[in-house]
Amino acid sequence: MRSTLKFAVPLAVAALALGACGTKGGDTATPAASGGAAACGNYKIGMFGALTGPNANLGIYIQNGVNLALDDYNKKHGDCKVTLENYDSQGDPTQAPALAKKAIDDKKVVGIVGPAFSGESKAADPAFNEAGLVTITPSATNPKLADNGWKTFFRALGNDATQGPAAAKYIKDTVKSTKTFVIDDASEYGKGLADIVRQDLGAQVVGNDTIQQKQTDFSASVTKVTSSGADALFFGGYSPEAAPLIKQLRDAGWKGTFVVADGVKDQSFIDNAKDAAEGTVITCPCVPADVAPDFQAAYKAKYNEDPNTYSGEGYDSATILLDGIAAGKDRSSMVDFVKSYDKKGVTKQLKFDAKGESADIKVFAYKVEGGKIVSVGEIK
Amino acid sequence: MQNLIDNFFAYTITGLTIGAVYALVALGYTLVYGVLRLINFAHSEVFMYGTFAALWVVMLLGGRPGAGVGQVVFWVAMMFVAAMAMSGFIAVLLERVAYRPLRKRNAPPLIALISAIGASFVLAEIMGLRSRITAWVGLDDNLRDYVRNSRNNAGLPTIISPQPIFTIGGYHVTNVDVFVIVGAIAIMVILDQFVKRSRLGRGIRAVAMDPESAALMGVNRDRVIQVTFLVGGVMAGAAAVFYMLKIGITRYDAGFTLGVKAFTAAVLGGIGNLRGALLGGFILGLAENYGSAIVGSQWKDVVAFVLLILILLFRPTGLLGESLGKARA
Repeated sequence: MRSTLKFAVPLAVAALALGACGTKGGDTATPAASGGAAACGNYKIGMFGALTGPNANLGIYIQNGVNLALDDYNKKHGDCKVTLENYDSQGDPTQAPALAKKAIDDKKVVGIVGPAFSGESKAADPAFNEAGLVTITPSATNPKLADNGWKTFFRALGNDATQGPAAAKYIKDTVKSTKTFVIDDASEYGKGLADIVRQDLGAQVVGNDTIQQKQTDFSASVTKVTSSGADALFFGGYSPEAAPLIKQLRDAGWKGTFVVADGVKDQSFIDNAKDAAEGTVITCPCVPADVAPDFQAAYKAKYNEDPNTYSGEGYDSATILLDGIAAGKDRSSMVDFVKSYDKKGVTKQLKFDAKGESADIKVFAYKVEGGKIVSVGEIK
Repeated sequence: MQNLIDNFFAYTITGLTIGAVYALVALGYTLVYGVLRLINFAHSEVFMYGTFAALWVVMLLGGRPGAGVGQVVFWVAMMFVAAMAMSGFIAVLLERVAYRPLRKRNAPPLIALISAIGASFVLAEIMGLRSRITAWVGLDDNLRDYVRNSRNNAGLPTIISPQPIFTIGGYHVTNVDVFVIVGAIAIMVILDQFVKRSRLGRGIRAVAMDPESAALMGVNRDRVIQVTFLVGGVMAGAAAVFYMLKIGITRYDAGFTLGVKAFTAAVLGGIGNLRGALLGGFILGLAENYGSAIVGSQWKDVVAFVLLILILLFRPTGLLGESLGKARA
């Protein structure tokens, strides 16, 4: 008796569980099949970038923009909603290929917003290209990404080939620096950008250094900068390193101008560097919030803060994909749809050239003033 | 090379300040190795918790730049109290939870090593997920400033603004540099005297020399081991304060690289040897800075580890060699 019970109970439980699964599956399938008729594919778009980890702020700013675009779409298409699938890379190129595979294997995903950073783009985009899954990056700015012949690669903003010269121009014309020091963080993004700045500034560069990501003690670099007599420092890299670097430079009494690029344009830079961040110049191909007042208002209503770095670009990238879904495109026909897209978005005219680069590019300068990043206009 | 010669003192002084931090953390590795023949790989996390305790206490007391001298002295004193208490507590907790149960069962040393690595991950992730943990217990609103962006950098307000005190060879030595180097050496002298003269110190040396004979002579081994962990933790807490004053920014994974460096310093000087840890720390800090000056900052770690390998090739027991018991510490 006892032994039969031993088997019978788990069996009954298992049977119940199986039954429950069956009915549940049926439940969700029915309305989709009948309600949306043939048109609704329960499509998803992917958000690929750092959502946790030290660089998460940039990813979250983008994700906020993407979610806003989804809200707009789902309000209009209540009978066939599109959902967001997050691929949290932590900004780490080594995690990117596995996540790309996950996205490719999910046939419901018809397009990706991202990958957010250049390093992870380089790692993941070949797989996306092979699978024909379209990616629109709202933030990866390394110019070489567009040179790989990836048919699925689109970039909704200017690249470092425009940002680098703009940064160099700003250092020369506005900061009026005559002796500039250049530091990079050896990343795909930081080194690429710093090399362009080095080239453009030419003989004006009085010294170079390369640091490592996750480094916290910059005493050797600080000595190099202060002893070079530089009146400006360009740093190609991200905010986790930029904050301790400028803090230690200011502690050592360096008075020059700190110039950084879009990778540092997030609030955590100011939170951590505190007073040392004041006066930092940040270049960015991202459009200031006040250029698109409607978007700014909608964003503020939802998140209780102004749109941040690449929120608008994230919104635009997602909108392109959602327009494609509305036009009845699936994964394979999405690439051509994006290629021929030509509409005004919140940041700029959204149109891509043959390499997938944005046709309409502007670079803006920002400055840290009173603990806030404020726009000081386009760099022309 | 020319750059190094021109700015020799700048590289030397800044190298010594970070070297002082390495040395203090290295003491924790060396003490535990001395008595247990175990590399406490979770010691880097003991240090990391210290940096957060130092940061939090300043936030709690409303630390800000430009305060009066009395106020600053009070804040720094509280940083020491908080960081030493936190690091000491974590170190003792580690010994209780991760090592003592294994020791009681006479587990092989390799098992303790794995336990150490596991404990290190657990401690780092708890700090990295602190915003979630406080949300579970419903304290996230009250502790918002302390736990938000828990995987991001957290920065200390500049409570001591570095002021040049005097100049050597073109480098303006600041009050922070002097405080860190002198403070670290003073703490190490105190530790040295503690191990040399106090009753507990004698116990530590006895257990290091020969655990069984020490037990026969009436030394309570468990108690000595616990004190050893506590002392190592307190040293890491002091290192954490100096680190926060000099670097000013910490993160849940800040212990990892620094821990590896401090362990290297301990091996460099001769693991198990207190004065070796001091020497190793300073040499490592200097080597990193000189290396950065000559071949570029991206080679900093390479220079440090090449130096370690070279020294071990010629002196396998480290510069000063030998263990806690035999060294005339």
